[in-house]
Amino acid sequence: MLRRWFLIAVPYVWLLALFLVPFLIVFKISLSDAAIARPPYLPVFSWGDSIIDFIRELDFENFIFLTEDDLYWKAYLSSLQIALIATILTLLVGYPVAYAMARAPEHWRPTLMMLVILPFWTSFLIRVYSWMGILSTEGFLNQFLLWVGVISSPLQILNTDTAVYIGIVYTYLPFMILPIYATLDRLDGSLIEAAEDLGCSRASAFWLVTLPLSRPGIIAGCFLVFIPTIGEFVIPSLLGGSDTLMIGKVLWEEFFSNRDWPVASAVAVVLLLILIIPIVLFQRNQQKQAEADR
Amino acid sequence: MNAPVFAPWTDQSAEPMIRFRNVTKKFGDFTAISNLNLDIYEKEFFALLGPSGCGKTTMMRMLAGFEEPTSGDIIVSGDNIGHLPPNQRPVNMMFQSYALFPHLSVWENIAFGLRRDKLPKDQISARVDEMLKLTRLEKFARRKPHQISGGQRQRVALARSLAKAPKLLLLDEPLGALDKKLREATQFELMDIQEKTGTTFVIVTHDQEEAMTVASRIAVMDEGKLVQVDTPDRLYENPNSRYVADFVGDVNIIEAKASPLDGDRYALHWSEAEDALIGTTSTALSDGQSCYMAIRPEKIAISADRPEDAANAVQGKVEDIGYLGNMSTYHVRLNSGSLIKAQVANQRRISRRAFAWEDPVWLSWTATAGVVLAD
Ligand SMILES: Nc1ncnc2c1ncn2[C@@H]1O[C@H](COP(=O)(O)OP(=O)(O)OP(=O)(O)O)[C@@H](O)[C@H]1O
Ligand SMILES: [Mg+2]
Repeated sequence: MLRRWFLIAVPYVWLLALFLVPFLIVFKISLSDAAIARPPYLPVFSWGDSIIDFIRELDFENFIFLTEDDLYWKAYLSSLQIALIATILTLLVGYPVAYAMARAPEHWRPTLMMLVILPFWTSFLIRVYSWMGILSTEGFLNQFLLWVGVISSPLQILNTDTAVYIGIVYTYLPFMILPIYATLDRLDGSLIEAAEDLGCSRASAFWLVTLPLSRPGIIAGCFLVFIPTIGEFVIPSLLGGSDTLMIGKVLWEEFFSNRDWPVASAVAVVLLLILIIPIVLFQRNQQKQAEADR
Repeated sequence: MNAPVFAPWTDQSAEPMIRFRNVTKKFGDFTAISNLNLDIYEKEFFALLGPSGCGKTTMMRMLAGFEEPTSGDIIVSGDNIGHLPPNQRPVNMMFQSYALFPHLSVWENIAFGLRRDKLPKDQISARVDEMLKLTRLEKFARRKPHQISGGQRQRVALARSLAKAPKLLLLDEPLGALDKKLREATQFELMDIQEKTGTTFVIVTHDQEEAMTVASRIAVMDEGKLVQVDTPDRLYENPNSRYVADFVGDVNIIEAKASPLDGDRYALHWSEAEDALIGTTSTALSDGQSCYMAIRPEKIAISADRPEDAANAVQGKVEDIGYLGNMSTYHVRLNSGSLIKAQVANQRRISRRAFAWEDPVWLSWTATAGVVLAD
């Protein structure tokens, strides 16, 4: 009895300690006022004071501020837009790769899988930095293009949205490939044969059978790319330009440049609320797929 | 019962619908089908029978267009289709695994092939409804494949392959997953459908009873070769080899040396301790040639005393009795040591059985009951 209780309690304690408590702290800070102090906000909770007085000092001022300055909603919108476009680009690159992997000879597949996962073995930061080396005006890409003669003067790719997209597609590609590959790998080859037998060409069999049946993988992959991309900070700040507007960057600047922790916390809370929608949709997709597999 | 006998294979002038001409199929250096010749006629219900791995599925897949013959030609209605892609063949296949589209409803599965032909909407829906009725699936039209039973799924697969009214329908072990009762019912359903639609059916099975039930002709295969192609009754009564006799039905095989008597009768010396057996065969055997007598258990009579007029009679002891309900199989050990199976219909209740274990009995059969096969 005790054992069962313990087993049930462990994940809840885990959630409580690592998600709910930090969230409540951030939420509390978002309701506070900025101050030149340490920590840089007021009120600070101490056990001696009355709770009522403490709560009375909290307000939604910072959230109201977010609606007044148009920087914030523009940053949210632009993040959503960048995440959406990047997700579509990742899908366009990832699907053919997953498809080719699923159709490759059996003995090749572990190697191909390995190649997809391999980048995870080096630091994410180093990989993004190396893209700076590739994309900069004196970088490998420009040198190569100049050498081939496609262009006569170097292209400005680094510090533009294009570089951000390249960075996101590169970084998140495995998250797109793996779920799509999983559905394609499970796809019964005789379904394609049946479609061809009933009069489909290769292309229409793909369109009418393969694509619809890999939809759960596509949806899972898109969410796995879309959700973390919205709050992405490293890629836009290293590869993006000054006009690349993403909420992750804004958040960072509020925290560390402006030292306005309450506003930064409010930005974080709103971001979390926005993320809940795709996360719930993603969970529902996974659940539906699990049910269909049974 | 006076309808003309359907037997186009006996008609020299009849044009076969499918011809395999010296077809060989290799996978790497493994030969799955070797130099095979076969004619299948329109409206036939043709069965491919053989042990696992003998190349049945490979033949079907070549007909459907999923495999190309390594050499030789496959001719359907006069056209060489050896290199035609599957979607351009007048052939539909019902897959062993059914291969129903899981994302489409039963109705859409059946309509799938019709939609590819760009038929008008009302025509498609009329045809689908017709197929649903034929396979008694009207109630399940809106369901997805995972929401119906195995037997219903199998009927959907059948309806889908029939919907386009193909000239040729290929069925790869269509009833493998069904229980015995449902399988038998479906066999008759298939024959019914075949008669109604006049489609040519080629069915793969390794259940010889199923092949005997449904087929107009059966091809017995072994290791990529056809051993015998014949009607079920001729296959059973006149197998051309020990392999076929053994594969189709239950049989006693007796090894012997032949010595000619008068006409097509031969004396078969099979044991020092026993009299020679008498058998007939149309193939000429030389004196002393080794051969087999194949005799079906149900063609052997069992009695307490030696029958007066039997051409062949041997004595032994009942060693085992297999009770099958409608009949019993007696395993009789002869004085010479060999074991012979005899089958007797159970016309009386089991308690009144005439013979019991260890009873001495006589087994007898006529000269024409068995087949004599050269080595
Ligand atoms: N794609 C392939 N590559 C290599 N060998 C193959 C391939 N397909 C079939 N074979 C081989 O060809 C032979 C015939 O296979 P086939 O599938 O036609 O057998 P089958 O008669 O249908 O057997 P079963 O009754 O078990 O279905 C087998 O030995 C099989 O291993
Ligand atoms: Mg097979």
